[in-house]
Amino acid sequence: MNFRTQTFLWVAQRASAAVLALCVTVHLATMVYAIRGGLSAAEILSRTKGSVGWLMFYTVFVLAVTVHAPIGLRSVVTEWFGWRGAARDVFLLGLAMLLAAMGMRAVFGVFL
Amino acid sequence: MVRVWRGRAEGKYQAFEVPRHASQTVLDVVTHIQRVLDSTLAYRFACRVGMCGSCAMTVNGVARWTCRTHVDKVVKNDQMEIAPLRNLPVIRDLVTDMSEFFDKWAKAKGQFSGPLTKKEDFQKVKPDSPGRVAVDAGIECIGCAVCYSSCDVVSWNPEYLGPAALNRAWTLVKDERDSRKIERLRAVAGDAGCHSCHTHMSCTEHCPKQISPTAGIAGLKREIAFAVLGGEL
Repeated sequence: MNFRTQTFLWVAQRASAAVLALCVTVHLATMVYAIRGGLSAAEILSRTKGSVGWLMFYTVFVLAVTVHAPIGLRSVVTEWFGWRGAARDVFLLGLAMLLAAMGMRAVFGVFL
Repeated sequence: MVRVWRGRAEGKYQAFEVPRHASQTVLDVVTHIQRVLDSTLAYRFACRVGMCGSCAMTVNGVARWTCRTHVDKVVKNDQMEIAPLRNLPVIRDLVTDMSEFFDKWAKAKGQFSGPLTKKEDFQKVKPDSPGRVAVDAGIECIGCAVCYSSCDVVSWNPEYLGPAALNRAWTLVKDERDSRKIERLRAVAGDAGCHSCHTHMSCTEHCPKQISPTAGIAGLKREIAFAVLGGEL
């Protein structure tokens, strides 16, 4: 991986962190507000099913996690376990795809 | 009582009783041991006045310039532990091999390279220009390796160029007379360069010259990001 790609990864992690800061704030604030009168699956689904707004919000959230987490883990596995090289990056790409798949499955699970 | 590291990577601490004096520095203590108590002790110093960067050691677990560190400031219960700098191979006792530290300055393109010859007039730089102000903030580095020894990223990632080399690169990137900016940014980008810095700020905390390599590294990250996104790099 050349320095350009490494620089892109750094920029992507900072940019996704900024998106996540906003998403986590909205997510937590909404949760605190939404469970005032108790919490039930039916109540949540009634708000999210067919809501394009929440679909878009959580899609952005999941994609930001997909970008952010594997890049952070790249530093962790390198510095703590000394894992370097292409195999590490392929593993993390796989992890990113897994996060995206599981996250989007959950997003569509409450939308459809 | 002073405990001093003896040996190389493998070794042990040896205890010495050293008399206390007013305004005594840690380097005075080490010199007393070598000259009076045990002449086989190896250590390194030159100027004794905080200019040359030769005498840095780990004192009570913290990297310090020993010639300007008073014993009063660091001694705990009349005890002191003196070890070689961390993150560098130990040659013997308190002497480390600094080749890798300075080789990384070269890898970071730490040499000034201007377009003018000696036949041309000096290039004028306004002292209050933003570039020169940034250079001034980092230019007083004496190459003591206290920052390098204090940096956790260096210990985790041996390829990492380290705070001093990156600070040097930053002062050249901001020097309007220098003509190798792009080449230098390329040399300090990526996993072995500024992008590995976690902004722990140990370098800034311990730099005896009160330089903030962290600020320079952050500046390099910005310059490189804009250069890559703008297609210059």
